[in-house]
Parts: sequence; C-alpha cells; structure tokens
Amino acid sequence: MSLDLPPIPPSDLDPFGTAFFDNPYPEHERLRQAGPVVWIERYGVYGVARYDEVHHVLNDWRTFCSSRGVGLQDFSREKPWRPPSLVLETDPPEHDRARKVLARVLSPVTMRDLRDGFMEAADRLIRSLVGREIDGVADLAQAFPLSVFPDRIGLRHEGREHLLPYAGLAFNAFGPDNELRRTAMERAAPHIAWVNEQCRRENLSPDGLGARVHAAAVTGEVTGDEATLLVRSLLTAGIDTTVNGIGAALYCLGRFPDQFAALRADPSLARNAFEEAVRFESPVQTFFRTTTCDAELGGAAIPEGAKVLMFLAAANRDPRRWDRPDDYDITRKTSGHVGFGAGIHMCVGQLLARLEGEAVLHALARHVTRLEITGDPVRSYNNTLRGLASLPMRLI
Amino acid sequence: MKITFIAADGTETAVDAAEGESIMRAAVRNDVDGIIGECGGSMMCATCHCYVDEAWADATGQQEDGESDLLDCAASEVRPTSRLSCQIRMSAELEGVVIHLPESQL
Ligand code: HEM
Ligand code: FES
Repeated sequence: MSLDLPPIPPSDLDPFGTAFFDNPYPEHERLRQAGPVVWIERYGVYGVARYDEVHHVLNDWRTFCSSRGVGLQDFSREKPWRPPSLVLETDPPEHDRARKVLARVLSPVTMRDLRDGFMEAADRLIRSLVGREIDGVADLAQAFPLSVFPDRIGLRHEGREHLLPYAGLAFNAFGPDNELRRTAMERAAPHIAWVNEQCRRENLSPDGLGARVHAAAVTGEVTGDEATLLVRSLLTAGIDTTVNGIGAALYCLGRFPDQFAALRADPSLARNAFEEAVRFESPVQTFFRTTTCDAELGGAAIPEGAKVLMFLAAANRDPRRWDRPDDYDITRKTSGHVGFGAGIHMCVGQLLARLEGEAVLHALARHVTRLEITGDPVRSYNNTLRGLASLPMRLI
Repeated sequence: MKITFIAADGTETAVDAAEGESIMRAAVRNDVDGIIGECGGSMMCATCHCYVDEAWADATGQQEDGESDLLDCAASEVRPTSRLSCQIRMSAELEGVVIHLPESQL
C-alpha cells in the first residue's frame, strides 16, 4: 500500500449521541464533505457517508465482512451479547445457506398469499381512525404491524408486549456502551427469555411463517437449533423496523401535504411512497463492517481488523447521487437507495416491509382527505433505529 | 457500452453502460421506464424482468440459479427469452445488446 495516499480527515462527532439523533442532517453533510472516508475519533472507527463508498462497502463482503459483528463490537475480540445471527452476522458460505431458507419463507409467492389479508387489515384500521385525534406512532405505525406480523409468524398471544422492547434492545446493542445500550441491557432478561422461547418449533403455530422456517430442519437444510435462531432473526428485525418505516411515511406525508395530495390522486403510488419514506428517513441508520485485510477505500488506506461505520441515511441523501435529496417525492425513482442495505445482506424481509407499508398508505389514500400533524413529534432514541416515540395527528 | 431497450409500445432507448454493470442498474441509472429493480438486484422482486432479443440469447447465457422460480412471480407473461435483468452483467460480448421490455412490472 502506497504511503502517499491522502490523510483521512478526523471527525469528533458522536454518531450515537442524542444531540446527533435530534438533527443528524448537518452532521451528515459535514461527514460527506470531509472526504470519502473519515476517522471517527471517539470510537476509533472509520466512517463512510457518501453514496458511492457506502454502496461499495455493502457490496464487497470479502473485504468488509459481517461475521465480526455489524455493530461496534468486534466479535473476534469481544464476546457477543447473544449467540450471533446466522444471517446478519455471517459471511458466505454460511450466510447463503441460512439466507436461502428465509428468502424462501419471505418470497414473492408468500407475499401473494398475504396481500389481501394485509390490505383488508389496513383498511379496517384506517377506517377506525378517521375523524379522530390519534398518536400516529402508537395507534397506527405500531398498531398495524402488531396486528398482522405476530399472527403471520404464528406467535402465541401472551407476551407479545416483549417484541418491541426486544427489538429496541437488539438495535441498541449495535452501538457503543452508552447510556442507551446499558439501560436496554439492564432490562433485557425477561425480553430475551420470552423471545428465545417463542422461536422453538413447539411454540409456533403450524400454519405460520415461523413453522415454515422450521420445515427446513425437517429436510436437513439446517438443524433444528439453527431454525430456532433463524426465527429469532424474524422476530428481531421484522417489527420495530416496519414500525419505524410506517412512522417515517406518516411523518413525511404530514410534512409534505402536496405529496399526500398526489398519493390521494393516484393510490397506486402507495408502494413507491413508502419506499421513498425509507430512503428519506432511513429507519435503519447505520451498520458496521470489519475489514478482513488491509484495504483501500475511496483512495484511503485502511488496515485489517478495522471497523467501518456505514451511514446509510447519509448515503440516501447524498447530493452526488440524488437529485433534490431533501425533498420527499413519491414519484422518485428510488431503486438503488440503501435503506434496506445492498449486496448479499440486503434486507431479506424487504417484501414484507413493503407490503405492510403499501397496505397502510393505500388505505390512507382511499379513506383520508387530510392528514394533519397537530402537535410536536417526540423522538425515540436508539443506537441504530430512527423513528418517533409519538406523532400527534388528525386524520380527516 | 451500448444497450438498446425496446419498450412494449416499440419506443427505443439507447443507454451507455459500464463493463460489469448489470442491465437493471444501467436501466435505472438512465431513467429507462419499464425496469423498476425494486430489490436492487438481490433477486427478490422480479421487477427487472426483460426479454432478451433472440439474436443475443447465446451471448447473455443461461438463467442463474433461482431465476426461473422468481420469474414465475413476474407481472407480465414469461417467455423462453425471459431473464431478470439484474442477473445479466455487461461484457464485451454484450456490446450493443437489445433488450425488450414487458408491458408492466407490478
Ligand atoms: C422498513 C423496514 C425494514 C428496514 C428499513 C430494514 C433494513 C435492513 C437493512 C439495512 C439490512 C442490512 C443489514 C446489513 O447489511 O448488515 C437488513 C437486513 C435484514 N433484515 Fe431488514 N429491514 C426492514 C424490515 C425487515 C423485516 C420485516 C424483516 C423480517 C421479516 C427483516 C429481516 C431482516 C434480516 C433477517 C436481515 C439480514 C439479512 C442478511 O444478512 O442476509 N427486515 N434490513
Ligand atoms: S432487481 Fe429485483 S430481482 Fe432483479
């Protein structure tokens, strides 16, 4: 590696601090402007915030691996807080074997079966909310996924209140040992115990998606224990993400009334309106990779064993890639945004997420004439997820 | 490298693609209507369905593993020339390739 590569600009940002969470956009711009790669002094990690570099890291799993953890912790140096995920926190070939099982369970064929039920559920929910003062988060963004997802997975009713805290914990755990992570860990035990128990075959209803993951153990594709861990991936990644995705879409449509008018005029834009909200707000803000060898990235030299923090949200608003990046535009060609990641780890639940988002926005377009934000939104803090704790609004 | 897209209504659009780039990505990057590429090429959506012109069938090669299962979910008719355009990468043999677009992708 040549020594005359340009120096890597340092940044004193705390990308896991609440001040940053309150308004990350000026800092994102500073990171993108500083250079293709920056050095995050506080944590001793590299950061990428421009679209090209984020896309590059996501697509080069040989150099930028996931098996050493996709959070700040390096699994080769520190013990992970839970047995690692068989998909998210692995590399090929292990990754591909496990992913194949989930991809089949969450395939377009499955979506075809789920579609009508989801559309009807969204229709009922939105109709019950029209004309009322609501909290867009609790009454809609949380209520909808909670009304469809646990049933489809095949979870029993008792204990479902553990789902959101468990997901909050898992996504906080990717961050540093800060107040958010410590508080989540202190309260973790009952949530972990419940989730682990529900992932077992005997606790899942035989007609749900969870049981279909376990069916792969019958054919020998994975072991029974592996199937249990794969169901855990669905429970961890499948609910808080869509809650924040739907919340993002509501918040966007409330702030951009012309876009809501466009959606009402053509409800078939619902799917893309959701996709654009995922680009615009990036419910999953960041993930890490670890270098497997000395590497060059954006013209900078990075040693083996380094953590690289990808600012997905910053890439999704990089003016080098996007026209008018700070406009929420439901007719935008969104393909290529990295809100669901990219490359081999790109979200395996993306079709389910889109189906949920489309169902909600389609129902809004048909039943609601005006969508008003009536009070100050309250932000919810998490080391990885971006979203609101409450969003006072009125559906008219 | 040149790719020519022919839409269902006969409209032709020629775009420039880079070596190694997928046909889906070249289409999306150049705003070609008729290819969506919702899943970004991770073989989950079939919204990048295309028909390879007969004359180019040999050059584009065989369907990848899993492609035909996904094509079953495509919105438009599946023909013997159907491919997922995210699985075809540009190379010297494909200079000037002609791709027909289906009526709809959703
Ligand atoms: C709007 C909602 C969602 C967003 C924004 C989102 C975002 C993401 C992102 C950015 C990744 C890439 C991780 C990486 O590269 O390290 C990912 C992976 C993943 N997602 Fe999602 N996700 C969403 C919904 C879902 C749902 C509904 C499920 C399950 C039902 C799910 C399950 C997974 C799994 C299992 C992975 C790991 C895939 C792999 O490593 O191959 N996600 N998601
Ligand atoms: S882009 Fe989704 S399958 Fe090709």
